[in-house]
Amino acid sequence: MAAAADAGRRPGRGAGPTLRAVGEDAVLVELGTVEEVAALYATLLARRDELPAITEIVPAARTVLLDGVADRTALARTLRGWTIPELPPAEGPSVEIPTVYDGADLADVAARWDVSPEAAVRIHTAPEYRVAFCGFAPGFGYLTGLPERYHLPRHATPRTAVPTGSVALAGPFTGVYPRSSPGGWHLLGRTSAVLWDTARDPAALLAPGVRVRFTAVTNG
Amino acid sequence: MAEPPAEPARPDLLGLLVLRPGPLTTVQDLGRRGVAHLGVPRAGALDEPALRAANRLVGNPDGAAALETTLGGVTVRAEGGAVTVAVTGAPCAVRVDGRAAAWGAAVRLPAGAVVEVGPAVHGVRSYLAVAGGVAVPAVLGSRSADLLSGLGPAVLAEGDLLPVGPPPTGPRAELVPLPAVPAELVLRLRPGPHAHWFADAPLLGRATFRVAAASNRIAVRTEGPALTRSSAGSRELPSEGMVLGSVQVPPDGLPVIFLADHPTTGGYPVIGTVPPADLPAAAQARPGTPVRFVPLRPAAL
Repeated sequence: MAAAADAGRRPGRGAGPTLRAVGEDAVLVELGTVEEVAALYATLLARRDELPAITEIVPAARTVLLDGVADRTALARTLRGWTIPELPPAEGPSVEIPTVYDGADLADVAARWDVSPEAAVRIHTAPEYRVAFCGFAPGFGYLTGLPERYHLPRHATPRTAVPTGSVALAGPFTGVYPRSSPGGWHLLGRTSAVLWDTARDPAALLAPGVRVRFTAVTNG
Repeated sequence: MAEPPAEPARPDLLGLLVLRPGPLTTVQDLGRRGVAHLGVPRAGALDEPALRAANRLVGNPDGAAALETTLGGVTVRAEGGAVTVAVTGAPCAVRVDGRAAAWGAAVRLPAGAVVEVGPAVHGVRSYLAVAGGVAVPAVLGSRSADLLSGLGPAVLAEGDLLPVGPPPTGPRAELVPLPAVPAELVLRLRPGPHAHWFADAPLLGRATFRVAAASNRIAVRTEGPALTRSSAGSRELPSEGMVLGSVQVPPDGLPVIFLADHPTTGGYPVIGTVPPADLPAAAQARPGTPVRFVPLRPAAL
């Protein structure tokens, strides 16, 4: 089974993504960074009609999974001929998340960043974020954009219940809990934005590729 | 059996009234597609051939929504008119108003008749299809209950009235093949994408595992010899997309086989993938059933 390690092939032109066959009809594209994932995902959506039928395109932290692929050989051949931009395009849908920054961990996060809570709010509202991928729960987006010096590890012990609409961060990611659930992220605040609504299309406010800004408000 | 509730159902509505929900009965069709990137699991019947067979027996399209029971069966009453039902999947006693009726065949229920799907004799999950299908509202293109994320209709409760759709016009199958539940679960395994993370990946092909009691619609969990990571597998796996049948190996070293309600992404290495054709048997394997993996050649691109 060790041969599986070599099942991936690099495309012709140098340091492109590695393609691995998964199961009977899926392909896993391995990339170096979450930015490359975003760039490939945007390209896949834009050029989907050049590819064989695919049921699911699932971006994640370092990979894009293509599941339910009608013809994996043709897909691999086509992908290897593509030039993927290094960075995701700057355009795309954008949403604003009005946030009341009164989270249970705000003071602690500010202390770990060595700033005041007010400055911590300014730090968190400054970047334009991008939804890198979804997971954990329907409509839970993993948002990138916070500078690396502000990344914090998850709580060692998760809270048993994080309230709906909590704005939180962990590792390189910021996220908003679409519903109450257990969670180990640092809670900065809360929003009344509806993250998940199956009657809406798309159901997820924060679908992959969406650009996001958090704005500080006093009453969410 | 519980007494029927005193409240009469709406006479204009054809439906199934749940008299005894059983330990865990859900509405299932063929599940959701095209929404995994939003974090939505596929859901759908775990024993998909059994669902298709039940639907064919009552003249439904293969993907009509039906009831999936878990070990203990379900009891429902026809409300608002006569309906035709069929039970497939895990073999069980079927009774209509207390009298023995056929399993694996269409059964006519006069208005007000009660059908009892008994406990599974073998296997885990029986399917009760009704002509016209269970017509609960679809969510993101499917009527399936997704027990990981809570989408779709709730787990059945006593007193629920499940609407039934208009009768189908297609032909009814008289006989459909219904595989027996195997005494041993033999699962083919396509290696990768992280087989090389394990020092003793070949062990997976030699060892016998057992279905663990913690198995559910999300995954078949196993008990057996723990697989150990190789030096190549000492790192953490960033979240990665998962497919149906992915065999994930968490830190305890015991393989977990993903079923329909599996999370769309996961953070543990996947030693291989079980082809979908082998998963219905996995979904019918009771805790304690021996499990063997038969490695396939890695797929190339």
